[in-house]
Amino acid sequence: MSNIWNICRKELKSYFASPIAYLLMAMYAIIFGFFFWNVIAYFVNSSLQAQVMGRSMPMDLNEMIVRPMLMNFSVVGLFLIPMITMRLFAEEKRSGTIELLLTSPVRDWEIILGKWLAALLLYSLTLGLCSLNFLFLFAHGNPDGLPLLVGLLGLILQAGALLAIGTFISTTTRNQIIAGGVTFAVCLLLWVFEWVGGYETAAWAQVMAYMSVIAHFEPFSKGVIDTKDVIYFASLTFFGLFLSARSLESLRWRS
Amino acid sequence: MIKVEGLTKRYNRFPAVQNIDFEVPKGRIVGFLGPNGAGKTTTMRILTCFLPPTSGTATVAGFDVLKQPMEVKKRIGYLPESPPVYPEMEVHEYLSFVGRLKGIPSSSLAQRVREVSERCNVADVSKKLIAKLSKGYRQRVGLAQAIIHNPDVLILDEPTAGLDPKQIHETRDLIRSLAGEHTIILSTHILPEVEQTCDEVVIITRGQVVARDSVRNLTSRLRGQEAIALEAHPGSARDESALESALRGVPGVSTLTRRAARSGTVHFEIESEPGVHVRGALARAVIESGWELEELRAVAVSLEEVFLELTSTESAPAPTQEAAQ
Repeated sequence: MSNIWNICRKELKSYFASPIAYLLMAMYAIIFGFFFWNVIAYFVNSSLQAQVMGRSMPMDLNEMIVRPMLMNFSVVGLFLIPMITMRLFAEEKRSGTIELLLTSPVRDWEIILGKWLAALLLYSLTLGLCSLNFLFLFAHGNPDGLPLLVGLLGLILQAGALLAIGTFISTTTRNQIIAGGVTFAVCLLLWVFEWVGGYETAAWAQVMAYMSVIAHFEPFSKGVIDTKDVIYFASLTFFGLFLSARSLESLRWRS
Repeated sequence: MIKVEGLTKRYNRFPAVQNIDFEVPKGRIVGFLGPNGAGKTTTMRILTCFLPPTSGTATVAGFDVLKQPMEVKKRIGYLPESPPVYPEMEVHEYLSFVGRLKGIPSSSLAQRVREVSERCNVADVSKKLIAKLSKGYRQRVGLAQAIIHNPDVLILDEPTAGLDPKQIHETRDLIRSLAGEHTIILSTHILPEVEQTCDEVVIITRGQVVARDSVRNLTSRLRGQEAIALEAHPGSARDESALESALRGVPGVSTLTRRAARSGTVHFEIESEPGVHVRGALARAVIESGWELEELRAVAVSLEEVFLELTSTESAPAPTQEAAQ
């Protein structure tokens, strides 16, 4: 346990010693500041229109602001994943520091878990920073807090799964650009697989649609925790970390 | 402390190390000597559990590298060829990280970091980023990292590569001072380094051990025959062939080669038979044939010659016999 924490802390230090962490957080803060401003402006505009028209439509903050924001983060967050995971192992392999880790009395899975945890913490921090926008809703309105928390939980589960896959891809190469590029492609595919379900109902299409992360995140954005979605993210996480461990082991046998 | 038997490592089909045997007793310094690509790094990586052997066994402190890697790793300090440092960390941060990684309890960690920083002369840069350090400092941080958990065995892959002469000297002194409490294996392709720091030498070439001996035996075997450069100036005499035959006549001279002359002087390269001191007799021979002695010096036996020597006499003795016939 202390080994995992030791590695995790070292990774976090690396993120924050270089501009990576600050840059990612600043970029996402700006992007989500814009998104938030945009949905609020739309919300205000439509409520004004409703007043002018004399129709009193029920306006739901959760439905009109929180949910679109969470869905946005789920999709735009896909671009964040490769930027976080690409260096995890590729950099250690290139600089030779992997030799230090693999000849120290720590187990492979401790190294992997430590790194994955650091990546997840950085993602969560970025998410937390972007979520500060929601405080305005609570200051000036009365949205429901619980669905928001469920949505954030869903985002973290989704990130855990994708970061595990990114971690695995990073163990397979010493080139960060390749690690990042492949991870990005995989994340993008896991998003767009959902589209197949829109027009095709054959078994293969259902399987493909089932594999899509967005489909499994959607219930969370509505404030619904479904066991099958939790299991999906948990098993994807396990799968990614398991492949990382195999890959790290094969590094010794192949090289 | 370290025992290697029949160790073989193949990369795909290419054998990097073939059937290597050696043993290192506790507290000794053993030098791995060999040209680049000889299999030194591969052997060290197997001993540190970084790579598994294809066949054969290696044990460190009684633990097998394949069966009990965790026990081996606890007892080993390893400095790879390029020090495994993180440029974005400060020196003390890095050493604390490695200390925790090697299982030093947090109560004694700060103390240990201070001790090794002083021992390896990096205490003055402990608050600096590793990225800003010179090569010499990085190498010493790498060494500090290797000894931080006070391991029984130290494995150092070319610890002095890329350092300036003063740093090389300091690093060698440091390594010498570590012997006794640690068993050390270091690799190098510099012969004087082995002579100055090691007790024993294992010479590896093309993945095989070609010689294994104490430093004293090996160097006397190789240095017994001296290579000598001689330069003479024609004083009153002009007869070069007379000089040449006089030099050839000196007892103990085995080969004599005339080199291109420069500004009126004559150059010879002379090799002597093992154990015969010929320099005095050579000087006398020059004077007696009426020439003036400009220069007479022993030429160091280079590693290339050592290798030519070892590979031609031990693995391919046939051609010399044919030449004799």
